[in-house]
Amino acid sequence: MKKLVSFMLVAAMVAATLTGCGSSDNAKSTEAAGESSAAAGTTFKIGGIGPVTGGAALYGLAVQRGAQIAVDEINAAGGINGTQIEFNFQDDEADAEKSVNAYNSLKDWGMQMLMGTVTSTPCVSVAAKTAEDNMFQLTPSGSSVECVQSDNAFRVCFSDPDQGKKSAQYIGEHKLATKVAVIYDSSDTYSTGIYESFKSEAANQGIEVVAEGAFTADNKTDFSVPLQQAQAAGAELVFLPIYYTEASLIITQANKMGYAPQFFGCDGLDGLIGVENFDQSLAEGVMLLTPFAADAQDDLTQKFVSAYKDKYGETPIQFAADAYDAIYAIKLAAEKENVTPDMSVSDICEAMKKGMTEISLEGLTGTITWTASGEPDKEPKAVKIENGAYTAME
Amino acid sequence: MTVMKKKLNKTTKSNLITYAMVVIVYIIVQLLVSGGAVSSLMKGLLVPLCVYSILAVSLNLTVGILGELSLGHAGFMCIGAFTSATFSKLTNGVIQPAGFRFFLAILVGAVFAGIFGLLIGIPVLRLKGDYLAIVTLAFGEIIKNIVNVIYLGRDSHGIHFSIKDAASLGMDADGEMIIKGPQGITGTPTDSTFTIGIVLILVTLFIVLNLVHSRSGRAIMAIRDNRIAAESVGINITKYKLMAFSISAALAGVAGVLYAHNLSTLTALPKNFGYNMSIMILVFVVLGGIGNIRGSIIAAVLLTMLPELLRGLNDFRMLIYAIVLIATMIITNNEKIMNTIRRFLPKKQAQPVKEETK
Repeated sequence: MKKLVSFMLVAAMVAATLTGCGSSDNAKSTEAAGESSAAAGTTFKIGGIGPVTGGAALYGLAVQRGAQIAVDEINAAGGINGTQIEFNFQDDEADAEKSVNAYNSLKDWGMQMLMGTVTSTPCVSVAAKTAEDNMFQLTPSGSSVECVQSDNAFRVCFSDPDQGKKSAQYIGEHKLATKVAVIYDSSDTYSTGIYESFKSEAANQGIEVVAEGAFTADNKTDFSVPLQQAQAAGAELVFLPIYYTEASLIITQANKMGYAPQFFGCDGLDGLIGVENFDQSLAEGVMLLTPFAADAQDDLTQKFVSAYKDKYGETPIQFAADAYDAIYAIKLAAEKENVTPDMSVSDICEAMKKGMTEISLEGLTGTITWTASGEPDKEPKAVKIENGAYTAME
Repeated sequence: MTVMKKKLNKTTKSNLITYAMVVIVYIIVQLLVSGGAVSSLMKGLLVPLCVYSILAVSLNLTVGILGELSLGHAGFMCIGAFTSATFSKLTNGVIQPAGFRFFLAILVGAVFAGIFGLLIGIPVLRLKGDYLAIVTLAFGEIIKNIVNVIYLGRDSHGIHFSIKDAASLGMDADGEMIIKGPQGITGTPTDSTFTIGIVLILVTLFIVLNLVHSRSGRAIMAIRDNRIAAESVGINITKYKLMAFSISAALAGVAGVLYAHNLSTLTALPKNFGYNMSIMILVFVVLGGIGNIRGSIIAAVLLTMLPELLRGLNDFRMLIYAIVLIATMIITNNEKIMNTIRRFLPKKQAQPVKEETK
């Protein structure tokens, strides 16, 4: 009989914990609902998702901070059509499953629009959920093709294939080189995506890819083999669709080998100048295609960079700029369509979808317009590192 | 004879409690969901909770019943996830209805994971203790890395395969990528539901509990307790070890299928299929009690929900999660504290005596 009693106890305990969570969440959500209905017409609730812990935390933090600066600026200036913004950024550890959890908890909070997610793979999973809920989504930096495949999703950054294609076109049009070697990270979506489109576009531009070196996240300290291959094949230019940490190693190791090709990269190389223990003189002449350079001289960039430095004590990277632009794009589109916070999530999404295609944003990452497919249309800026600073190329 | 009967009775009762626990939780959750009392976060967590429960139960078979420390469990989950997601992508729309296709996908995932469990088990189970743990760890990583270099596509000419890059598949323009190397599989149909998850938990429990209390299960536990003695009474060590290991792998594959069909993206990252995950599952098993199947489920559920329920604490979330983990491990291992706690619980030892007197 005792057994039965203990069984009942266990059942009751489990039930209590579950209903406990259920009901407390319930209380929370009704509270949130109560709040949002009470607050209807007073605030916009914009959610953000990205990694603020783990290996990709650098990007998540940059997005969180860049967006926060934009939100603070907008709120200080009176908000969107006079409505203040509430911004809530949730951690997803760059994991698809955690990202969906973060999305669900933001929904419980009463999110009306989503600015995220930061990394590509989680973004695709979350985009499937936002499409189900018809929630407006604008990712600052989710660059893989599938991120914006549903029509409620837009992005600020270039897609990976776009970057690869534009790089190949830039090299071809400016006749920088005809023999090109590529070193890329085969375990990374971003890097592989750029590499594949670069390779397919290279043929059209009269560029010959003479050597390809792949490395993976587990094995990224010694690049002598791909560099030797590139040198032996007579590559005049090495294309680096990778992040700056590995690029700094590649450039240093090439220098040691006495191999001095031109180096060309994408927005991942943004940050090369700040790498510690890296001989900055070696970075001279490196070209990169990036929408944002922290030392550009225009007012907007300077204002943003100084605000960011004051608040967080570091120079913003491109992800921060993307997030900043994302928040301003939301503001612009919402004002264009007269979106008000008392509308339903789905109505906001419909209005924003229309609004996004009609606006033209003068942002940190260039003048951006959007197509209904969710892709941004902006000019890539090529910059060259000269005298220890990013200098715009024509 | 009476002792035997009582013993059987006791195990049957204990098993029934485990099943009933799952069913009652299911009914309560369903009632709450239909009453609209469950937040979106909890709803989103329901399927992952099933996934981790199945994983914990299946690993408990290896760690608790077979007594071998396996650190490559996520590798089998990975195989189940990728084979079934590939199957679903290939047959989506071809095999109707979707429920039947998902059922086949579960079988595919389980069978492939089981086969790999068998193949890996043959060399691995020759080892013991720490060596076995390290080799399983290595196999788990190998599986993850192999999955990361597979490129698989389909066009009008059939299926193309490469381990170099997508371009070398040489597909037609209308071709469809199925596995895209490190970018994994996108667009898997999301078939997993809480109901299916619960059914799979019950099936897993049924398989594991029945195995444990069968002749084979007793043989497996005999090997765990004393290998030499077991061998001397004529138990085929290799056979029973492989049996437990591959069943455990197949069940992990089932969890992988559920995982793969819950989200529309599937990538083999260190985080979800690497040793981090293997160790996470091991934590569930250790916390729930090695060899205690019911405990595994409870631990898996609590530890999966904890970091999500702590979201309100923002930056301190993962820190507090870690502290809670350390605290529970210390408390459950400390006799003094446990004795204090036991004083407030119904005494288990007293029960059979009482029944006998009755």
